Amino acid sequence: MDFALTHAYLIPLLPALAFVVILAFTRLDKKKSAAIAISMMSVSFVLALLTAGAVLTDHLVMSATYIAKAVWVTIGGIPISMGMLVDPLTAMMLFVVTTVSLLVQIYSIGYMAHDPGAGRFFAFLSLFSASMLGLVISVSFIQMYAFWELVGLCSYLLIGFYYYKDSAREAAKKAFITTRIGDFGMLLGIIACQVAFGTVDFMELRSIVPQYVWSSGTSFLTIVGILLFIGPIGKSGQFPLHVWLPDAMEGPTPVSALIHAATMVVAGVYLVGRAYFIFSQLPIVMEIIAWVGGFTAIFAASIAITQRPFKKILAYSTISQLGYMMLALGVGSLTASMFHLMTHAFFKALLFLCAGAVIEAMNDEADIFKMGGLRHRMPTTFACMTIGVLAISGIPPFAGFFSKDMILAAAREVSMPLYIIATITAFMTAFYMARLLFVAFLGDVKDDCPAEETNAFMRWPLVVLAALSVVSGAAGHFLDFGEWIHYGPYHEEAIDPVIAGVSIVLTLIAYGLAYEIYVKKRWSAMEISHRLGFIYTLSYNKYYVDEFYALVRGAFIDGLAAVCYWLDVHVVQAILDGLAHVVSLVSEILSIAQNGQVQRYVAVFYCGVIVLALYGIYYAVRVLGILGGAF
Amino acid sequence: MTLDILHPFSITFMDMMNFATHIGLAHFLLLSAVLFAIGLFGLLTKRGIIPVLMCIELMLNAVNINLVAFNHYMPVDDYSGELMAIFAVAVAACEVAIGVALAFRIYRDRGTVNVDDLNSLKG
Repeated sequence: MDFALTHAYLIPLLPALAFVVILAFTRLDKKKSAAIAISMMSVSFVLALLTAGAVLTDHLVMSATYIAKAVWVTIGGIPISMGMLVDPLTAMMLFVVTTVSLLVQIYSIGYMAHDPGAGRFFAFLSLFSASMLGLVISVSFIQMYAFWELVGLCSYLLIGFYYYKDSAREAAKKAFITTRIGDFGMLLGIIACQVAFGTVDFMELRSIVPQYVWSSGTSFLTIVGILLFIGPIGKSGQFPLHVWLPDAMEGPTPVSALIHAATMVVAGVYLVGRAYFIFSQLPIVMEIIAWVGGFTAIFAASIAITQRPFKKILAYSTISQLGYMMLALGVGSLTASMFHLMTHAFFKALLFLCAGAVIEAMNDEADIFKMGGLRHRMPTTFACMTIGVLAISGIPPFAGFFSKDMILAAAREVSMPLYIIATITAFMTAFYMARLLFVAFLGDVKDDCPAEETNAFMRWPLVVLAALSVVSGAAGHFLDFGEWIHYGPYHEEAIDPVIAGVSIVLTLIAYGLAYEIYVKKRWSAMEISHRLGFIYTLSYNKYYVDEFYALVRGAFIDGLAAVCYWLDVHVVQAILDGLAHVVSLVSEILSIAQNGQVQRYVAVFYCGVIVLALYGIYYAVRVLGILGGAF
Repeated sequence: MTLDILHPFSITFMDMMNFATHIGLAHFLLLSAVLFAIGLFGLLTKRGIIPVLMCIELMLNAVNINLVAFNHYMPVDDYSGELMAIFAVAVAACEVAIGVALAFRIYRDRGTVNVDDLNSLKG
């Protein structure tokens, strides 16, 4: 089992190898590319399983980790190391990322069957997996930042995979630039860490930070914490930098499932979890994290209720669930957050892959109200989708129930308002997921519906993910997930019957409501939206956040640019022109002396030599006193 | 002025006799200075390139005489002065080769070797 630990670096290395090989040799050959990518990923998956096994059998816990690192570069006397840090948290992430990655790649064989760019697609997927796995095993902030940027790059490349579509290009740029705003804040935080503590290594910081807080208080560290948290805000789609995530759905659906639901977007949550020894020391930052998470959760859920495109609903749902995870971190429960991260990765990947199957079957029709009755045409997908919806809504014994309940319980312990927000979000989640399921899959089959069951490559990953969505929650609960992944003293998590009961009842009410509205059509959905009027419009237009940003950009950035332009033309340019003018004037005067007569130059030069010689004698006599009274 | 400090410029008859009969460092330095002055004068006044080059050679040789003379008369126990002079001769040979070649080229191009006319670099 030690083999798995000492060779954990192979887990990210193999997909990186696949990326290089595919890009260099087999890019144009779909089948070979897929075979290389998937075989490498399978080996990584097995290694990740072995690593998880090693962590369990060697009893590595959060405080006793396996670390191997080497100095990568030394910049200005500061050694920056690369390496791997394996603890239960890492092992869990490795397992989740490799599992989802492998399934999504298998699914992509079917999904990409008719796309000429499939080789490129598999190369990028491999690069992404490699970067994400590298991020997971990072030993320091710098290493994590490097891989953090790499996954951002892969996200950009894959959102813009259909680069010939204008919307895809725009979405890719938006995603890259928006997350970059967050990354910049995070970089400042990392630099501040380096300046304050002289290291960015997680394990070293872990031992330094408590002493630092004890001796110098939390004032400076709070700023560092807030700066570091800006990175996760951008990456994990937290309000107000969530705007890129819905647009990122322009990418191929496997990408949405892998990157923008299961793995990359949780990198922010993972970062906060990894650096929890900093954040948990800072009550103000914890408060901010909790409220940003809580607000994002309810905010995104309220948008998801009114959206019509299949993937947009799932995208807002993802933002909302990420908000849940942040909320859990903010209220101090690393266990709940990471547990939800794991279950969410499975059921959200499942939902997205179902969405991909449906949209592919519908010939790229994304509007759920143009679907209907798909359960007759796509029974397997319907079954999987139902499991996904039950899991995300938190119906026992599906996965979401256990993790969501843990978050609700953790929130309840710390803050009543956050608990209420989380519960309302759970209600809304159940409602919009039920709406999605009922509208798209129940009812009558539309006359011109082209849908039929997808091919085996796309079906079996769904089944596997559905199975994981069923068991992962219960397994985590009964095998004491919290014993392995926790921060601070471990305490047994028991299901609070009141909290669980309330959330189940609310979920069932939401299901009933959605059923009455969208299946029985007891109340017309149109009628309700007209009644709600303003609120509906607000939600349908995503609270005009995008428009607000456009306005700010127009007023502020363009205005600033105009001022800068004026300054550049009338001040900077004028000063430079003036300087150039003076220089040319002086040089014109000086150039008179240069008459091209070599002998004149020699004469002047010799005069200079004489002057120097005279000065030398003067210096020797007057200053050094040599030649005493000779002259 | 006291008698025990001899003023260097208070030259007696004996000094002059001594100078006329004993060849010493001063003679070489004088020769070198005269050669250098002649070379400099030629460099500044000659109009053709070849005489100018010859004058430069003259100045170089003045320096060589200096070096060798100092090496001989001064208390040094190696031959650095002579060596330096040999190096200077070698470099001067190269310089003459290039200088004459340049002079030929200039004559081919311009039809003149008058340095007054070679002023196309003037400002």
